[in-house]
Amino acid sequence: MDMHQPGAAALTRGRILIEDVVKTYPTEGAAVMAVDHCSLEIEAGEICMIVGPSGCGKTTLLNAIAGFHAITSGRIVMDGETLCSAEKPKAEPGPDRIVVFQNGALFPWKNNLENVIFGPVMQGKLARKQAIDKGRAMMADAGLAGVERNYPGEVSSGMRRRVEIVRALMNDPKALLLDEPYRALDSLTKSVMHEALLEIYYKNKVTIFFITHDLEEAIFLGHKVAIMTTRPCRPKKVLTVDIAHPRDYSVLTTKRFRELIEETSEAVHEEALKAFQAGEREG
Amino acid sequence: MRKPLRSLLSSPVFWRGAVSIVAFVILWELGARSKQWMAPELFVPLKEMLGAMGFKKDYLPWIGVVPAPSTVLIAWIAVLGQGGYWQSWYMSLFRVMSGFVAAMLIGIPFGLLLAVSRTAQGIGFPVFEVLRPIPPLAWVPASIIFWPTQELAISFVTFLGAFYTIVINVLGGARSIDLHYFQAAQSMGSSQWDIFRRVILPGTLPSIVVGSAVGMGITWEVVVAAEMISGGGSQQSGAGGGLGFFIWSSYVGGSYEQIVVGMISIGIAGFASSELLRWLGRYVTPWLRVR
Ligand SMILES: Nc1ncnc2c1ncn2[C@@H]1O[C@H](COP(=O)(O)OP(=O)(O)OP(=O)(O)O)[C@@H](O)[C@H]1O
Ligand SMILES: [Mg+2]
Repeated sequence: MDMHQPGAAALTRGRILIEDVVKTYPTEGAAVMAVDHCSLEIEAGEICMIVGPSGCGKTTLLNAIAGFHAITSGRIVMDGETLCSAEKPKAEPGPDRIVVFQNGALFPWKNNLENVIFGPVMQGKLARKQAIDKGRAMMADAGLAGVERNYPGEVSSGMRRRVEIVRALMNDPKALLLDEPYRALDSLTKSVMHEALLEIYYKNKVTIFFITHDLEEAIFLGHKVAIMTTRPCRPKKVLTVDIAHPRDYSVLTTKRFRELIEETSEAVHEEALKAFQAGEREG
Repeated sequence: MRKPLRSLLSSPVFWRGAVSIVAFVILWELGARSKQWMAPELFVPLKEMLGAMGFKKDYLPWIGVVPAPSTVLIAWIAVLGQGGYWQSWYMSLFRVMSGFVAAMLIGIPFGLLLAVSRTAQGIGFPVFEVLRPIPPLAWVPASIIFWPTQELAISFVTFLGAFYTIVINVLGGARSIDLHYFQAAQSMGSSQWDIFRRVILPGTLPSIVVGSAVGMGITWEVVVAAEMISGGGSQQSGAGGGLGFFIWSSYVGGSYEQIVVGMISIGIAGFASSELLRWLGRYVTPWLRVR
């Protein structure tokens, strides 16, 4: 209905296919299976939210896409290009898939602007001067004007998160992989960050793979919400959120939003309970 | 420049420190002079009582034999005019600096090499770990035999004092860098060399600073002891053998005030070099100043 729906003709980059991916960690004693025959389709320019209980294997899946860890079997394809498969189990990390980590990974020894221009300068895509101009502009766009010369340690955690997202976008990625980026934030900052993220997203269309514990966050932000089973993880239920983008905080009070929460909370709760009981058994 | 002074003068920490030092000096002075205004007979009953309990009276320490700060000050002013005293300063400082700089120049690359290369670690670390428990002072005789001059021998022992600490800190610092920094740098297209230069090096810098500060402290301990053991390294003029030898020869010569002068001089030298390093450390790690 509008240009903000995913799969619109304008966007052809960033389609990710996860096909039958298995990941077992060879540990001493029994091997730990973290991901079990997981298949998921993420459209170009879609915000795909991954919800699952703690320790179920969400980060493991993200590491496979990013290329930080090898998979055991299966295949991950991005825009027709195989990132990893049985023959080549570890994808090559690259600027087309940038991760924003759970605890943040801005370099503390570089000021915010230096952090933001790191990618394009490293890749030789932009000269330093141009990178600085672009970095300043993007920071200003994200409401970060004035903190360019500050170190990450000098600004609030909400701001650090935004700087990190701007740093990611400076690489012109096809996909952003976010691993619970707002977990440590208080709920007030979190709600501001959600709107800020959507605003950034509307300006820079990228595919977003977003891991969270929080079902409300998932439904508020996502085009699609994949609810994962407890370990080993696999989509238990994939929900399409039929609320039009652009969204803002008024969505939270709509009837449809509440209905979607009700429809899914059962499944989420069930898996959380299983994870809890499994934890009880183990330890 | 006015502002720091004013804030210093209005800070309770400064005043507490100043009061404590002044009180210490006054007590010391009173203690050292107690001989003059306290009749020794006063202590006879006490000593007898302790003697009856089995203590030998000679075993008791007596602050009255320590030179008073006022006499130390007089002795100090006297040596300020002597070339030998300054020569001692110069020699100790030179040995500390040469040993310390060599420890930095060799220890930092060595620590980094151990951190980034498994092969280097496999070859280098076992030898390092076997030699590390040997205290630097145990090296003094061997290094006097090994090195052609005594000067080099003392500098070498000083070097050892700082070397182990610097290597251990660099290695530990490089190892504890958050894995996510490497992953982020790799995703953003960094080469191995970029990662070394832009992640490992700055990530290890705080530990280099800490290792250097600790190493500098050890260096002063080692140099003084090495100078005492080796006889100062200068046979022609007794006072030319560094501050450690200055203290030793004052002791041998019975000039107790000068012993204290030497001790305070080393305290000042150690404090000044640590302060200098702290200042340099803050300068090279500006991101740690905030918080
Ligand atoms: N390197 C590893 N070696 C062995 N087991 C691992 C390793 N990394 C993760 N695991 C295990 O795999 C499982 C999934 O871990 P993962 O980090 O992917 O979970 P997660 O869903 O991201 O959890 P959380 O929500 O707590 O971040 C966990 O049980 C974990 O203990
Ligand atoms: Mg995780």
